[in-house]
Amino acid sequence: MSNKTDSNVYTILFAIGMVILVGSLLAFAASSLEPAISENKRLEKQQNILYAMGVNDNEEGSAVFISTDKAPQAFAEYITKQVVIQNGQVTEDDEAYLIDVKKEKSSAKGDASKRRLPLFIGEKDGKTYYVAPIYGKGLWDAIWGYVSMDENMVIQGAYFDHKGETPGLGANIKQRYFMDDFIGEHLLDESGDFKGVTVAKGNADPLNNDKIDNEVDAIAGATITGDGVTAMIKSDLKLYVPYFKNLKNN
Amino acid sequence: MGLLSKKDTKLISDPLADNNPITIQVLGICSALAITAELEASIVMSVSVLFVLGVGNVVISLMRNIIPSKIRIIVQLVVVATLVIIVDLVLKAFAYELSKTLSVFVGLIITNCIIMGRFEAFALGNGPWRSFLDGIGNAAGYGVILIIVGFFRELLGSGTLLGMKVLGDPIEKSGLYAIGYENNGFMLLSPMALIVVGIIIWVQRNKNKALIED
Repeated sequence: MSNKTDSNVYTILFAIGMVILVGSLLAFAASSLEPAISENKRLEKQQNILYAMGVNDNEEGSAVFISTDKAPQAFAEYITKQVVIQNGQVTEDDEAYLIDVKKEKSSAKGDASKRRLPLFIGEKDGKTYYVAPIYGKGLWDAIWGYVSMDENMVIQGAYFDHKGETPGLGANIKQRYFMDDFIGEHLLDESGDFKGVTVAKGNADPLNNDKIDNEVDAIAGATITGDGVTAMIKSDLKLYVPYFKNLKNN
Repeated sequence: MGLLSKKDTKLISDPLADNNPITIQVLGICSALAITAELEASIVMSVSVLFVLGVGNVVISLMRNIIPSKIRIIVQLVVVATLVIIVDLVLKAFAYELSKTLSVFVGLIITNCIIMGRFEAFALGNGPWRSFLDGIGNAAGYGVILIIVGFFRELLGSGTLLGMKVLGDPIEKSGLYAIGYENNGFMLLSPMALIVVGIIIWVQRNKNKALIED
């Protein structure tokens, strides 16, 4: 090392220069790529919602979304109505799918009446689907998903995703075999009260033949991620119960 | 031999065997534990590190005469973090599906001690071309071990390879499972990665006694 690079003045100037250069480089990259990234996220939401109601390109054993170029058209075709529920009030909103569930959840601070709850009502082959977003916490980071239900709150399809769960373990919540286990599961118990669906270890039903036990088989080695799925289903879907009760009374 | 002199070739071949970053230098163990439960994740991680270490080594090497020695570790961290973030942003904009698979690895790449180790030990004292070769060689040596560990952990732990059920279906009891074979769930847990790495180290040192330290 030459003496020049050892002086304190040089070191400080170098640090300042580096921070300015790197900072502006990253800021430039982030802001110039931002439109493309948010467009991707928007399309992904549409794909997620469509996936949960069974509009997808699934191959045997693996979960495949409908392709991004077909997603907006399919979204317009299958999703007949989007509503926002807040404190019991139901209003129609064509951009309900853009609501950030994470922000709603954190700004409501546990006060469910403050939350705007998006619900997507879709129709496929003459059947009506009610798709609701859920959001929670796994082992390392956020987990979220979309659950589609019929008017009796029986699950018709589910999609889960995660930010940083362990590959091979918790990350498997977005595998087909796990998501498909939820299909047909009842969210309400026999007396009609909300019970949710528990991701249970040792439910002794790996083929998931029992659909009214409010349980699906857990993934080995992914206990905390599984508990996170259980918790977000319980806490978020519960908020929709009044809507479904109203639906039946009318 | 033109492009690669004998010394250059050694830069690539050495880390693959007798100077492997994981089994000999015991660097990068944390990511080897974290992501090798699946073969696919191992491959993705290997390719990501190959890219970051190759490019990062060149950048550090080009800057080696102007980096103040007092803050060189910080400069190295900034370079690797910038590279990784830019790659992540570009993937998010143009290859969204791929970026979702990779998101888990971003943090692990930045903190990978092999990357910092090579910056510090090699790129700071060598030219860009040799640094590039050194980066590629070390990343490949890292990747080979990752892929071997991932192969055994996914095969024995889940009975699959790259998600394909190669041993039959454990629930329908077909294939090997029909004669009473069971997946070893232990293989999916991190400690088993350490044990597999340990076995590789044992085999390697047994074949080449010169590697055994007193």
